[in-house]
Amino acid sequence: MKMKLATLALGAVMAAGPALADLVFPSMSYRTGPYAAGGIPFADGYADYFTLLNERDGGIGGEKIDMPECETAYNTEKGVECYEATKDLGSLVYQPLSTGITYQLIPKVTADGIPMLTSGLGRTSAKNGAVFPWLFNFPANYWDGASVAIKHILDEEGGDVNDKKITLVYHNSAYGKEPIRTLEELSKKHGFDLSLVPVDHPGQEQKSQWLQIRRDRPDYVIMYGWGVMNQVAIQEAVNIRFPMDKFIGIWWSGSENDVRPAGAAADGYKALTFHNLGDDYPLYDDLKTFVYDKGLAAGAGDQHGTALYNRGLYGAMLVAEAAKTAQEIHGVSAITPAMMRDGMEALEMTEEKMAALGLPAFGPEFQVTCENHGGNGFAAIGQWDAAASEWKMITDYIQSDQEIVQPLIEADSMAYAEENGITPSCD
Amino acid sequence: MFYREAGDFKTSYVEDSQTFPIKFDRYRYYFVLVCAFAVVPFVINDYWVNAIFMPFLIYSIAAIGLNILVGYCGQVSLGTGGFMAVGAYGCYKLMTAFPDVSIFFHIIAAGGITALVGVLFGLPSLRIKGFYLAVATLAAQFFLVWLFNRVPWFYNYSASGQISAPERTIFGIEVTGANTEAWATYLFCLVFTVASAIVARNLTRGAQGRKWMAIRDMDIAAEIIGVDPLKAKLSAFAVSSFFVGISGALFFAVYLGAVEVGEAFGINKSFLVLFMVIIGGLGSIFGSFAGAAFLVLLPVLLKNVLVAGLGWPTDLAAHLEFMIVGALIIAFLIAEPHGLAQLWRVMKEKLRLWPFPH
Repeated sequence: MKMKLATLALGAVMAAGPALADLVFPSMSYRTGPYAAGGIPFADGYADYFTLLNERDGGIGGEKIDMPECETAYNTEKGVECYEATKDLGSLVYQPLSTGITYQLIPKVTADGIPMLTSGLGRTSAKNGAVFPWLFNFPANYWDGASVAIKHILDEEGGDVNDKKITLVYHNSAYGKEPIRTLEELSKKHGFDLSLVPVDHPGQEQKSQWLQIRRDRPDYVIMYGWGVMNQVAIQEAVNIRFPMDKFIGIWWSGSENDVRPAGAAADGYKALTFHNLGDDYPLYDDLKTFVYDKGLAAGAGDQHGTALYNRGLYGAMLVAEAAKTAQEIHGVSAITPAMMRDGMEALEMTEEKMAALGLPAFGPEFQVTCENHGGNGFAAIGQWDAAASEWKMITDYIQSDQEIVQPLIEADSMAYAEENGITPSCD
Repeated sequence: MFYREAGDFKTSYVEDSQTFPIKFDRYRYYFVLVCAFAVVPFVINDYWVNAIFMPFLIYSIAAIGLNILVGYCGQVSLGTGGFMAVGAYGCYKLMTAFPDVSIFFHIIAAGGITALVGVLFGLPSLRIKGFYLAVATLAAQFFLVWLFNRVPWFYNYSASGQISAPERTIFGIEVTGANTEAWATYLFCLVFTVASAIVARNLTRGAQGRKWMAIRDMDIAAEIIGVDPLKAKLSAFAVSSFFVGISGALFFAVYLGAVEVGEAFGINKSFLVLFMVIIGGLGSIFGSFAGAAFLVLLPVLLKNVLVAGLGWPTDLAAHLEFMIVGALIIAFLIAEPHGLAQLWRVMKEKLRLWPFPH
């Protein structure tokens, strides 16, 4: 009990937190733990984009950006601590980059009135803005990912996957379980056999799973993995000589860190993505001038141009654009979280807008509305070229099977609304 | 000078055998209770509750529970995470199945369910001891996590496999769900923590506790003097699991609101609680609090000092945190192998003589 006294002394430290800036975009990053390989590049990209806006444009609409970073280690308890520590700083939007933490925060952000963006992760049915007014998951979600992967397989197989065997290797958590229902629906529609192979956190040991896959001899393997699980899975797939071009990862299983450990054998591995890859964009010139050359790059500065670094840039770009939209709607530059939400709900990403930002054709076009907080479900397939050591986009953006995904979203969000006594409304 | 028995006369057995026989200790205890119940709720905010007090209170209950098993009865258990999961899932199933019953009773019932499961997994303790028992309880840990992941009935067939606590109230005040007030959740957990500590303290110094300690010290000798090892060991498993289950239920329903079993109740949780008990002091209720405080509050304190205070990068701070906490654990255990509680005991012993030690 005496220990409490020590913690009271902490109050003084807490009060002297970071100075209040005008626009606060907290970064819930994880640079430690088994998921750091994914967390670091994203956090670096997220930070560098805001640094660029501060250095080049003086912030957004003349308001400087403050980005308090908080380490979650992909752990829900630390995530809660981070959320509580930053929410009173005037935080405009959260991007936790963890489905577990997202689930944790859904009721909290709704009660506190702070928007949350979970691009390509989190609760898929959050796409229904009538039920989840504070949640956004544009431009694509897990169910889109599953559907696009199946569409790609259909293309490869000439439109017929009847009696083909498809195996889902997934992280045995809320994240990995998300696509199961969609894949089951799709298997009914297209007639393929689906088998499920869970991998427990953190996934460093997958011998038995891949032995099972070797015995089953599936035609395709789809993977929903994250962190250290990805590289282990790809190495195991190489070990059982599973053809790499039949192995498709979700966007969280498609970073350089995942394929490099397997060396040349990983050549041909495919992964989905909802934004473009590589560093051949005018924005990178600005980043070099205003951020890297000034020594302001976040982290070790060795992630530039990687898939997840780009995703961090993309995530920061989306919320910066939403903040601009909010400033236009409300006519003030110092926006509140509630105004930020309006901006996100009115966000429109067009080709011209992305080109003007120095990211031409970087992601799909979409228009957020109250009914649709999740974009149009476009994703593309990238393929790893081990010789050149880079990801190559091998398809255009493909839209997910809205016939399958949309009714599932409707059903799941309505079930949530009923459980929690929410009356869906869009006014 | 102030801290001594001299002059503090007891005229009845009840007075003589109270928990805090020294006047100063007793007043300090009342003072802490008054502060905790009457002062803290008025000054507390969301951060203090969710990042500091609630984890501290909940882990304290878990540590008290495990301390009964490991510290008092000498049965090593690595299944704490699994038993906390039983409490959490039990509470969830009860909350969703009987929405009209008060959450207070659900949490106690969840403790009861965990006690039953604990007895079941305690059965091997009748034949095996020490490291072998640790392995058997490790099996409980993995089996229970696997079970809650595998059987959809436990998570009400939700697509993600997550369980989320619906809104529940006590006397019309919300204690679970999104719209809770800081003071309400704090007081709710505090009531459970204080009650657990009082019950545990009185159990362990009564006949039952003496039986447990006899088993711990030498089971054959205990059997010879008439302690039934079956009853003693299984009751220790039951009581321990009951507290652990309550902490698991609070951990899920009040603290986090949504959990998935692998992440929240994995083997790491078992080790964390075991370390709390070892660092705090085996066989001491105060030690359970001290251990929980050490392992829950120190990382938060370090994080705030290093990141918010000194402005260091978060990853560097996170790594340093591990090193500092690790180094402190080793330092404390070298200085006092019996944990923080023993350190406290030695300090009190010295205080009694102060300022004339010779």
